[in-house]
Amino acid sequence: MGQPRELSKREDTHRRMLRARDEMDRRYAEPLDVPTLAAIAHLSASQFGRVFKDVYGETPHRYLQRRRVERAMTLLRQTDRPVTDIAWDVGFASLGTFSRTFSNVVGLSPTEFRARHAPIAVPSCFIAAWTRPREPHTTVVSEKHVGTDAD
Amino acid sequence: MSNHITSLHIRSVPVLDQDEALDFYTTHLGFEARDDIDLGFMRWLTVGVPGQDTSLLLELVGGPQHDESTAVQVRELVTKGALGGLFLHSSDVHATYAALRDAGVEITQEPVEQPYGTDFGLRDPFGNHVRISQPNAAPPQEVQDTYEGATTA
Repeated sequence: MGQPRELSKREDTHRRMLRARDEMDRRYAEPLDVPTLAAIAHLSASQFGRVFKDVYGETPHRYLQRRRVERAMTLLRQTDRPVTDIAWDVGFASLGTFSRTFSNVVGLSPTEFRARHAPIAVPSCFIAAWTRPREPHTTVVSEKHVGTDAD
Repeated sequence: MSNHITSLHIRSVPVLDQDEALDFYTTHLGFEARDDIDLGFMRWLTVGVPGQDTSLLLELVGGPQHDESTAVQVRELVTKGALGGLFLHSSDVHATYAALRDAGVEITQEPVEQPYGTDFGLRDPFGNHVRISQPNAAPPQEVQDTYEGATTA
């Protein structure tokens, strides 16, 4: 029987990266930067982006974009608020960047998406997990700043 | 058709240290310890919400049903938050949140108002996601209707 060993180095890395990813999920609307997230993961800023991609298969910037787009999808589905307000609320600094990112990730413009989708009445964590848009294709993005999304 | 099934009895939760899991689920979440039996080949360790029949099996990852390579993969999936989670109800979600926050539990989201109630998120020590909700009394159609005004998640 017996208890297991301590976390392996890789498991410990995963656990720390999960804390950083949870922070992005929680503070998605804020202008998060790499040093802040790297500190949560106990890594240097230069290591953070590489390790995050190794663990989760995408850059922190792209993960944050998909989190923001997922929230925007929910707000578009469940409210009649203007697209511009929703773009700001989920952390985009410009409507143009929001629309381009949304269309790139979802394959529809925000307005087209709203017209085609109705509200969903299940707990929000399942909506967040299951409506998170998948990566349409590999995208190379800057790692300097995770969360500005400004032009 | 129910096919004679009467209840959800046991649900397995993958853990990396059973003593730590037992402490977390009893001390912090208020579960009661149920079975803790040394079967020789495994430690059968279950907990549950007092007054409710369903038990959680705090199952150590790495038994012989998995080869070492698979066990390593499962442990990595747990620690990166890629496996399932629990959705619990509380009679006072704000009090539950405050107690867990003050105890240093890893909170992933503060309480937010949802059309179905108020809920917040946390991780167990290994990375499993737990969501705790205080449902409101709204019937399903009313919940559906209130989604028109929902803004948080």
